[in-house]
Amino acid sequence: MTLYWEEEVETLPRVGLESIQLTRLKRLVARMYKDVVPYREKMDAAGVKPEDIQSLADLTKLPFTVKEDLRDNYPFGLFAVPMDEIVRVHASSGTTGKPTVVGYTKKDLKTWSGLMARALTCAGATSKDMIHNAYGYGLFTGGLGAHYGIERLGATVIPVSGGNTKRQITIMQDFESSVLLATPSYALNLAETMEAQGVDPKSLSLRVGVFGAEPWSENMRDEVERKLNIKAVDIYGLSEVMGPGVSMQCLEGTTGMHIFEDHFLPEIIDPDTGEVLPPGEKGELVFTTLTKEAFPIIRYRTKDISRLIYDTCECGRTLVRMEKVTGRTDDMLIIRGVNVFPSQVEHVLMGTEGVEPHYQIVVNRVGNMDTMDVEVEVSEDIFSDEIKVLESLSNRIQADIKDMLGVTCKVKLVEPKTIQRSEGKAQRVIDNRKL
Amino acid sequence: MRVEQIAVFLENKSGRLAEITATLASENINIRALSVADTADFGILRLIVDNVEKAKSILKENGFTVGITNVIAVEVVDKTGGLAGVLKTIEEEQLNVEYMYAFVNKSGENAVLIFRFDDMDKAIEALQRTGYTILSSEQICAL
Repeated sequence: MTLYWEEEVETLPRVGLESIQLTRLKRLVARMYKDVVPYREKMDAAGVKPEDIQSLADLTKLPFTVKEDLRDNYPFGLFAVPMDEIVRVHASSGTTGKPTVVGYTKKDLKTWSGLMARALTCAGATSKDMIHNAYGYGLFTGGLGAHYGIERLGATVIPVSGGNTKRQITIMQDFESSVLLATPSYALNLAETMEAQGVDPKSLSLRVGVFGAEPWSENMRDEVERKLNIKAVDIYGLSEVMGPGVSMQCLEGTTGMHIFEDHFLPEIIDPDTGEVLPPGEKGELVFTTLTKEAFPIIRYRTKDISRLIYDTCECGRTLVRMEKVTGRTDDMLIIRGVNVFPSQVEHVLMGTEGVEPHYQIVVNRVGNMDTMDVEVEVSEDIFSDEIKVLESLSNRIQADIKDMLGVTCKVKLVEPKTIQRSEGKAQRVIDNRKL
Repeated sequence: MRVEQIAVFLENKSGRLAEITATLASENINIRALSVADTADFGILRLIVDNVEKAKSILKENGFTVGITNVIAVEVVDKTGGLAGVLKTIEEEQLNVEYMYAFVNKSGENAVLIFRFDDMDKAIEALQRTGYTILSSEQICAL
């Protein structure tokens, strides 16, 4: 039987849901036009007034918000409430320029912990669980966002954060962690460390893993499930919209994550033209927050690529599902004119018997030619004392990547444990091109 | 009559071979024979040592990818034409060599040829039938 956190809203007929969304959207747009100067300026420039929003379809009249808008108004310029109502801030890592900062009121934090509890319930977690929270604590929304959701659920939170992998395993054994929250690449790091220490995952109490914060392939999911002997489900979120708990995969459904649509309004657009795409088509995911106070956002372009699935789900939730994010418009590599997502390369590697889930893509420009090297670690499973066996393996992977992506790469076999292990988000691509 | 050989995966990076030999030396493991097969990007080091299990575990502990394969050690007289004679037999018996390498033992009278065939049983049978001495692991270590 499906577990719900808020059954009524999670199973509401779509007509009812849309009426809630419209009421909330109108209120949001009116408030932002009044209180947030940069939004008012953008709406004026686009010639749209709050009263123009009379249906959900009118959403397309509103301008998009992009990451640069957050940077331009760094740090607090897009906050919609006075600073004394802000009780917490989070910020993105800012690896490419200034970090982006988001804020929360007391009520926002209550909404967030409630949605995170809803997400954990989707994964079958209850107040009886011992939840191992290996998302990083700090400015990143993952750690604290999940933390307060676990407390709200009434489960026990182990605020272990990222890193110190050996100690994490001891804690899992001694505290009998039953649910793991981590990035998928860190989960694999944990699995590998267990193997090295001779810890059998079957001897642990782990039942389910809630993984997010980076794109990962279905084959990687199989790998995590097999190596840790758990069910692996997807969670999705981003700080600009709230943090983890924007959408969540249920245990019953076979694909996709339910978007908590009473709080977040999704759209799928063509990333090149900005046009909204028909239901079911793949494109860039865009979110409008419906209930946030401190940092509401209108039509935020996530750069994540997904599609929306409106079919009814076995779990009984009527909330639309978004397909697993397979890439980002900005981690898309263009190699000799071909679009390449690291997750596609990962899919090929994970589908190759014996290949370890650790890989790195190195892109160089030699003369005017782009080259892509895929570094793969040689495990005992694929090692041979004969050159021809290893060469045929790398040739086969090269051919499979060529088949899947239409781009020629060079597969480079490297020694085990030489590719850097994830302590959070895995670095899959090293792009040495000076473009 | 097979001899266990250790194979180690090597990236083409300076110092890797030195690291392996130093690691084995620190554990008092004696290398009887070795060969390196290489491509542009990687190499495979093949070793005959006096303690295979210990060598394997110490190399694994040090992060190397290690495999164990069976090879055949054939003893021939160390004089002109010794190798040619074996290879002629191999050709006549239609045996397929995957790779081979050789070393000369201390006394200097005999050379030892290490072979990996695609069909090892057939090779052992053929070589013994044609009068060659195939050495055991113990004999190799005692040389």
